[in-house]
Amino acid sequence: MAASVVKMSADRSVSTPMLHAEMTGVTRIYAAKGKTPGVHALGPVDLALRQGEFFSVVGPSGCGKSTLLDVLAGLSSPTEGKVVFEGAPVTGSVPPGIGVVFQENAAFPWLSVKDNIAFGLRREGTDPAEVERRVGYALGFMGLEDFAAAYPSQLSGGMRQRVCIARTLVMQPRLILLDEPFGALDAQTRLLMGDELLKLWRETGATVMLITHALDEAAMLSDRIAVMSARPGRIMEELETGWPKERDSRIASEDHFGQITSRLWKRLREESIKATARGGA
Amino acid sequence: MRQILDSLLLVLALALVWQGLYWLAGDLALASPAQTFARAAELLATPSFWRHASETFLALGYALLIAVTAGMGIGLALGMHRLSGEVAEPVLVSLYSLPKITLYPVILLLFGLGISAKIALGVIHGIIPIIIFSMGAVRAIAPVYFKTARVLRLSRGQLVRTVIVPAAIPELVSGLRVGFSLTLLGVLIGEMFASQRGLGYLVMKSIGTLDVPTMMAVIVMLALVAVLISSLLLYLDHRLHRRAL
Repeated sequence: MAASVVKMSADRSVSTPMLHAEMTGVTRIYAAKGKTPGVHALGPVDLALRQGEFFSVVGPSGCGKSTLLDVLAGLSSPTEGKVVFEGAPVTGSVPPGIGVVFQENAAFPWLSVKDNIAFGLRREGTDPAEVERRVGYALGFMGLEDFAAAYPSQLSGGMRQRVCIARTLVMQPRLILLDEPFGALDAQTRLLMGDELLKLWRETGATVMLITHALDEAAMLSDRIAVMSARPGRIMEELETGWPKERDSRIASEDHFGQITSRLWKRLREESIKATARGGA
Repeated sequence: MRQILDSLLLVLALALVWQGLYWLAGDLALASPAQTFARAAELLATPSFWRHASETFLALGYALLIAVTAGMGIGLALGMHRLSGEVAEPVLVSLYSLPKITLYPVILLLFGLGISAKIALGVIHGIIPIIIFSMGAVRAIAPVYFKTARVLRLSRGQLVRTVIVPAAIPELVSGLRVGFSLTLLGVLIGEMFASQRGLGYLVMKSIGTLDVPTMMAVIVMLALVAVLISSLLLYLDHRLHRRAL
């Protein structure tokens, strides 16, 4: 089944954009273990991320979105197929240049906010002055200056997620993968975090792939959106939003935003029903 | 402030119960609180008491050192290697419930009558709970920490040093708390039989010579030290667990 490509506006790009990461014919099957039967979680999936784009993946719960991210990051190996990042195959480990923000609270409770953010740099043996500079910048960028000395247990969920984003940011990744990073946050916080994410994306020039189940989030943030089917997750459709690079949550009131979300929902509705009927919700 | 008052009341109540028991049981089985503390003060002034005490705490120190380093090392390794952990767990649990005193003859034959037998008995009492707690501590670490470590491309050594150990510390302290009291128990049991030195020996000797005040004084002092160290560890334990969220 070939994924259909939908353009929501006139094609503005003239030259062919450069490929940053690519998945070809990727499947992931979890082997049966004891009494648990094997699960065909993903694919086959073909996916191409262009240099510098904001790409989102939406799909019903349990469709293998997180598996897709794990395989792309090199956190788990595909059963079949191939993953390429910046021209080199990804096998068994996370290549340098990829940063990941997870849904779960991944801030280390035994470190202060500042030490959490500096964690990766210090393990790499970065020069202390440079660590100080980058961490200071990230603290400011994520609005965490006043909390530098605080511990994660003193922060709200949204603040903790900022810490994790800052920890990724200081490593200066060229590809940032986000696995439902705002899934545990309330709706208003999510919108604001979306704005921060857009700002971060523009500032760093990194390629971003966001996994989400929130259609409005995908519609507002992305250049392109892939819609996944119920398990085993396949990409049913790729959609170009045609948003200008300078955008923020205010575009949520535009007609075009409504068109995108309704288009996504039309595609997803049946799949969500399938997933729910299976008890995947 | 409130807590201190509560503790004082508890101590007072215990002393009253003790005094009551003394009136009931009489001089042959118990010494009164006053007699006991008077005897304790005398003992504290005699050099031979300090020789016994230092023997006991030296043995306890060595036993703890061995039980904690080996126990945590084994526990962390078993926690990190899933299959080994699953194989070892039922073995450890049955060893834990085995009355270790039954191994005492074997230990005597292996280590002789000196301090090493006491240390060995302390170690076999303390090490198993420390292993079990450490293993559980590693298993309870959130999977997302391991994923984060892989994304940040940590080496195996960095993973252990900068993620696993700090993440496990609250549970490790719980293990240490349980391990401490059992190690002390093991050392004292070791001193009670076939030993010529230590506070355990002093207790047994006083029973033999019907010196009830000395027996009580040593027991009370041991209990005080044990309670003090245990409360310190418990305090640390609570503090660490609160921060861990």
